[in-house]
Amino acid sequence: MMQKNNAFARIFNVLVYLFLYLPIVVLIIFSFNDSKSRTVWAGFSLHWYQELFRDEEILSAFSTTITVSVLAAVIATVLGTAAAIGFHNMKRRPRNLFLTINNIPMTNADIITGVSLMLLFVFAGNLLGFSLGFGTLLVAHITFNVPYVVLAVMPKLRQLNPNLGEAAMDLGATPWQAFWKVLMPELRPGILNGMLIAFTMSIDDFVISYFTAGSEVSTLAMQIYAMTRKRISPEVNALSTILFAVVLTLLVIVNVRQVRQEQLNEKRARALRKGGN
Amino acid sequence: MRTKSAAVPYVFWMAVFVVIPLVLIVVYAFTNFDGEFTLSNFDNIDVFLQVFGNSVVLALIATAICLLIAYPFSYFLAQEGTLVRKIAMLLIMLPMWMNFLLRTYAWMSILENNGFLNQLLGLIGLGPVHIINTDIAVVLGMVYNFLPFMILPIFSVIDKLDKRYIEAAQDLGANKRETFRRVIFPLSLPGVLSGVTMVFIPSISTFAISKLLGGGMSFLLGDLIEMQFLGSAYNPHLGSAIALMMLVLVVVATLITNRFGDGEEGAVLM
Repeated sequence: MMQKNNAFARIFNVLVYLFLYLPIVVLIIFSFNDSKSRTVWAGFSLHWYQELFRDEEILSAFSTTITVSVLAAVIATVLGTAAAIGFHNMKRRPRNLFLTINNIPMTNADIITGVSLMLLFVFAGNLLGFSLGFGTLLVAHITFNVPYVVLAVMPKLRQLNPNLGEAAMDLGATPWQAFWKVLMPELRPGILNGMLIAFTMSIDDFVISYFTAGSEVSTLAMQIYAMTRKRISPEVNALSTILFAVVLTLLVIVNVRQVRQEQLNEKRARALRKGGN
Repeated sequence: MRTKSAAVPYVFWMAVFVVIPLVLIVVYAFTNFDGEFTLSNFDNIDVFLQVFGNSVVLALIATAICLLIAYPFSYFLAQEGTLVRKIAMLLIMLPMWMNFLLRTYAWMSILENNGFLNQLLGLIGLGPVHIINTDIAVVLGMVYNFLPFMILPIFSVIDKLDKRYIEAAQDLGANKRETFRRVIFPLSLPGVLSGVTMVFIPSISTFAISKLLGGGMSFLLGDLIEMQFLGSAYNPHLGSAIALMMLVLVVVATLITNRFGDGEEGAVLM
């Protein structure tokens, strides 16, 4: 871009990655350790991986995490996409007001979002007779997920040709058909991206879950936090290593496909240009 | 298509789960257990101001270090080829898929008195250093956890910078340093500001990092709030008062950022 990188720049950037990955390497290595120690290496073993699949507590926390993340991401995507379409068609003033409120859970500190929702849930729970649990956890997750969906879909709506829907209806499509067959395909990348961000946020969340899940339900992050007070079992290292490997594989597959697609498009474009000459 | 009504469900949702909870924080902060108006939750404010100051200082140090690492990193990375840039950014995001508590816990094994760092230092004959359970460890934990939030917005701004500005500056006789100081840096400022808020806010409000790496020696604002809601000193009214103080800080930080950038840059995480 501006100049070529020298050796110093390269070394600096490699050091940043070392810093980011050092604890992860430690974590992965010690998931294969033959003892419970987290600093002394006692030989290679798959012991913790076997233990992991027998540990009811960790497995149930893991399944809670996946369930709440999938449900929250899907519901937030529906709610957020509808909201983005609605906001897009509003006048400037109300739109800016709603977008500002929409930004609050994203910019606010997690702990404030967490305790404020906890206050609401406890208050409403006393009134209506429910207590903190899976339901409140899910509502909290949806609340902090929707903003990301709205933010991912809005730019796609702005890029949209405003006459597209009318053109479809002029050609005989019902409004519903115009929406599903013409608008949806244009919005799809933004919607999928929003859903992915929402899912990631849910999986990664600890603080908001901690304040809104109550004592009956526990996510993986909450389980890990409870364990840090005593000692984290290397089983959790094993689970994280598996998750890390899965995510890494998915990322590689998605990106290889993307690069291939881009190469293919380029080839086609070149062929077209030749044909045109 | 005029479909404003599609937003109705979410507008209700925001009213109930975003606005009302914040109103409840204010109400709780100014009432006691009997629901009467009181200012007594702010009585011990001088004690909290100490914790408050401590949190602000540590968060500012962590934010500054993040900036000092993230800026050159992003600047260098922006000069690499497309493929390298793409893979490099994926590698920045990847650690976020591993639970942050676990990664922070792994730092404990590295920093402990007989941990890896000291084992390594011992090999080359350097004395053990005491880092765990100090403020240094807490700042390190903050930098480690929030560095990607600084890199992402700064990199995305520098990466999208219009190269013609740089060429123009050079054509008009600016040397490398002047080009950077008067063209590149000012243009990257929105990314820097959005990175600063995205690191400062989670740093000021963390409670898990200080518990794990500070070992209770470093008591932060987040710890204070957590204690009032789920800890030994159950008092949501006092907790709300402290949360309200933090909220003021968050609003100020956000306003400062919005004054300069449009604020949307940093929100796009992927």
